[in-house]
Amino acid sequence: MAQDTADMSGKSAKNMILAEGVTKTFGEGDSKVHALDDVSISIRENEFFTLLGPSGCGKTTLLRLIAGFELPTKGNILLDGQEIGHLPPYKRPVNTVFQNYALFPHMTVARNIGFGLEMQGRSKSEIKQAIEKMLALVQMEHLANRQTDQLSGGQQQRVALARALAPHPKVLLLDEPLSALDLKLRKEMQIELKRLQSETGITFVFVTHDQEEALTMSDRIAVMKAGHILQVGRPKQIYNQPARRFVADFIGDINIFEVDLDEVSGTTGRVTLPGGATLPADLPEADVPAGAVSVAIRPENMRLADARDSAAKLKGTVTNVVYFGAGSNVHVALKGGSEVIVRTTGEVLDDGHEVGLILPDRVQVLVD
Amino acid sequence: MGAVQHSGADARLDEARRRVEADTRRRRRQLLAPTLIVIGVFGLFPLTITLIYSFLSPGVYGGVTWEFSTDAYVQFLFERDIFDDTLSFSGTYLSIYGRSIGLAFGATVGALLIGFPTAYFIASKPPSQRNFWLFLITLPFWTNLLIRTYAVLLIIRDEGIVNLSLQSIGLIDQPLTILYTDFAVFLGLIYSYLPFMVLPLYASLEKLDFRLVEAAYDLYATRFQVLRHVIVPMAKPGIVAGCILVFIPGLGAYITPELLGGGKELMIGNLIALQFGGSRNWPFGSAAALILMVVVMMSLIVYVRYAGKEGNSHG
Amino acid sequence: MAEPRRKMKDLRKQPGFDFMAWFCIVFLYAPIVVLIIFSFNDNRSVVRWTEFSLRWYYAAFDNEGIRNATIVSLKVAAVSTLFATTFATMAALATTRTPPFRGQMLSYAIINQPLMIPEIVTAVATLSFFSIIKQLTGVTGIGYLMLAHTVFCIPFAYMPIRARLEDMNLTLEQAAADLYATPIQVFRKVTMPLLAPGIVAGGMLAFVVSLDDVIITLMVAGPGETTLPVYILGQIRRGITPEINAVSTLLLLLSIVLVSAFFTLGNKKK
Repeated sequence: MAQDTADMSGKSAKNMILAEGVTKTFGEGDSKVHALDDVSISIRENEFFTLLGPSGCGKTTLLRLIAGFELPTKGNILLDGQEIGHLPPYKRPVNTVFQNYALFPHMTVARNIGFGLEMQGRSKSEIKQAIEKMLALVQMEHLANRQTDQLSGGQQQRVALARALAPHPKVLLLDEPLSALDLKLRKEMQIELKRLQSETGITFVFVTHDQEEALTMSDRIAVMKAGHILQVGRPKQIYNQPARRFVADFIGDINIFEVDLDEVSGTTGRVTLPGGATLPADLPEADVPAGAVSVAIRPENMRLADARDSAAKLKGTVTNVVYFGAGSNVHVALKGGSEVIVRTTGEVLDDGHEVGLILPDRVQVLVD
Repeated sequence: MGAVQHSGADARLDEARRRVEADTRRRRRQLLAPTLIVIGVFGLFPLTITLIYSFLSPGVYGGVTWEFSTDAYVQFLFERDIFDDTLSFSGTYLSIYGRSIGLAFGATVGALLIGFPTAYFIASKPPSQRNFWLFLITLPFWTNLLIRTYAVLLIIRDEGIVNLSLQSIGLIDQPLTILYTDFAVFLGLIYSYLPFMVLPLYASLEKLDFRLVEAAYDLYATRFQVLRHVIVPMAKPGIVAGCILVFIPGLGAYITPELLGGGKELMIGNLIALQFGGSRNWPFGSAAALILMVVVMMSLIVYVRYAGKEGNSHG
Repeated sequence: MAEPRRKMKDLRKQPGFDFMAWFCIVFLYAPIVVLIIFSFNDNRSVVRWTEFSLRWYYAAFDNEGIRNATIVSLKVAAVSTLFATTFATMAALATTRTPPFRGQMLSYAIINQPLMIPEIVTAVATLSFFSIIKQLTGVTGIGYLMLAHTVFCIPFAYMPIRARLEDMNLTLEQAAADLYATPIQVFRKVTMPLLAPGIVAGGMLAFVVSLDDVIITLMVAGPGETTLPVYILGQIRRGITPEINAVSTLLLLLSIVLVSAFFTLGNKKK
């Protein structure tokens, strides 16, 4: 299964959410769909945890199971040590920020924010205080008495956050909350969300299909595909040491080479590239059988060199240069037919130029 | 992971699921019961009474006597000689059905000819104006049909405003007899059910992407070709729905022929009502109502066929 | 001097369509407008305009038959609207707020049944059924008429309520549950307030439809249960009087006011 390295962020290692063998199927018979297939995961207290994957991977289903909008078909969900999988949503100390915000259109901003506390039967003065505190937290004091349909998208977003945070849940669930915002506002809200999370100390579970968003904000990321969790790890781990081909492919640009693996020892080995050069390799799990495997190398982890440079283990011809502002992606056709992308901030080469490629010291082996 | 009792958790899950499902079923039953019972008992069940009545003998002062008889259906096609009880074919009632179908069909075509341009006109208006136009079309539909028909009666009478205007501009000397003719009924039917035609037509024309029209012009189509090959095919579901919505109530119309046909131009609706009123032959009235139902059902089947086909070809 | 370029014709237009649209509006409204205008005519003849007058309105108010029929109409419409709207609201909640179920299509068919069967057939079937019940139980009264009206008002009340529920975002109710509202609180605090305009709209349609009915009432109503439209029909059969124009105008205006309110209600929250 997916690897999960020791916590290095210094945050508490107490489990806030523990899902064990959770399966969720929809439909019956031939049309039966496994939205989640035997998923286990642990999310720690005070963590910004992201579920990342393409649409239909089951990330939203997992979120809805934690919120209680659906019951799992099988499996167990614990919240802070308490079993909650079978409870209705209103009995779970968990709140959600919905994709379309789902603000109550017949209530003012303030009443929206106080709704959870009102339902919990808190006293009027307590609710009033909490509303004020929340309005200040999301910087919306001046709009307390507005109707929600008079707000901009970003403002609605803040109200939705304040409403979900007001009852001080143990976990805040966020279902692609930034997808409706334009790019600039999205960047702002990413920072804002990070700030809110560290100020409130509440565990955030964030669902997104945007890998950049996930890398920017998360303490840890779980990459999902077709109802399974493929890999859980810190953003750097996910980016630099993808364990699965899908994870490597899904996050950023990447070059994948078909290579031969031997000298396997624990989680290391040695791979032989098509041109005959060999490199030490990290394995995603112990004792991967020797033979044909794939390795992944990020475009920015390779360097272009002179074709005659002895350190250049691969050689090829430049076929295309794509400039993107901060640098260029150079497409290189290798001898043998395959094409790789190398990122460079250096001089721009002409098409047809013969180049050598300098590879990183170690490479990551992928399993499917 | 051994610390957690999985079987216990799964059992609780099962119980929660069962409870949710049972709650849902119970709530649904409770919510639907009043409507289904009221309509079922007082809307649907009476139809079986009508079926039963159609096979009984008429009572002397209305109602029925509980004796089995197929006379109602025999009477529909044949005339019984009062002296020797022999049956001879009679087209009287058949011709009423024929006239009704003809009038309803004619009114459907008329409503389509007026309704289609109107619906297209509304659909091509800017969205901000469409609601107002729709309101204008819908308003008469919600106002009293009897009063609207009475209003038509007022203006097409011999001394009505139509004849007076025509006479005053010297177009005619003698008033045209419009009222109490088939034409008056035809006109009244169009007038009554025109909104039923416009609304579904508008619903499908509203979805029409006018860029398609422009594309067709770009490909050298004339206005008529655009209409025939682009606009009408797109509006087909609306045309079918609108025609059904005009034809069916038109077929069963009572008020329109009663007021504008002057009672002598009978349609099915009046024939049926008459059997429960002055003529007092409830079994025959029941049979006539059932035959009307059959005609309606047949047109609905045609509709479902067409609508089904449309659904397949347009996705 | 160059000839000014002719404005390009709007490609969307089809020849004659605009004319037909305007003709359609005139066709629909001309008779109504004539009726309304002549209800204010001082002349008894209902043909030639003489002078503005409210005398036929006074005459109508003084007419006991009209007064009684109006009271019956309002009573029947109020009671059947109340029941039809309540039942329709419940049914709409069942068909939109529970997962799809076996028999859903059948439920739709039953709810819409009164719309699919010609009114005259419903009228005589109801008459036959009620005559049996009356014979068996001996119970008579205006309840039968109210019941018959309730049946055909349900689908009209159901339409806007269901539409409103389908337009309403389900996540609003989930959001409320997520914020600790129990199912009853969700219904009271979120579903009901948001559904209210739909219920009012449904109620108004039911009221208008009940108020306008002729055929079913004509068949089912017992002695002393003459509604306004049935009374008007009787008068028209006997001959045209300006009094009837006045009553008709009032009934028309009532429908127009209710339906206009319905439209504004529907457009407001979109």
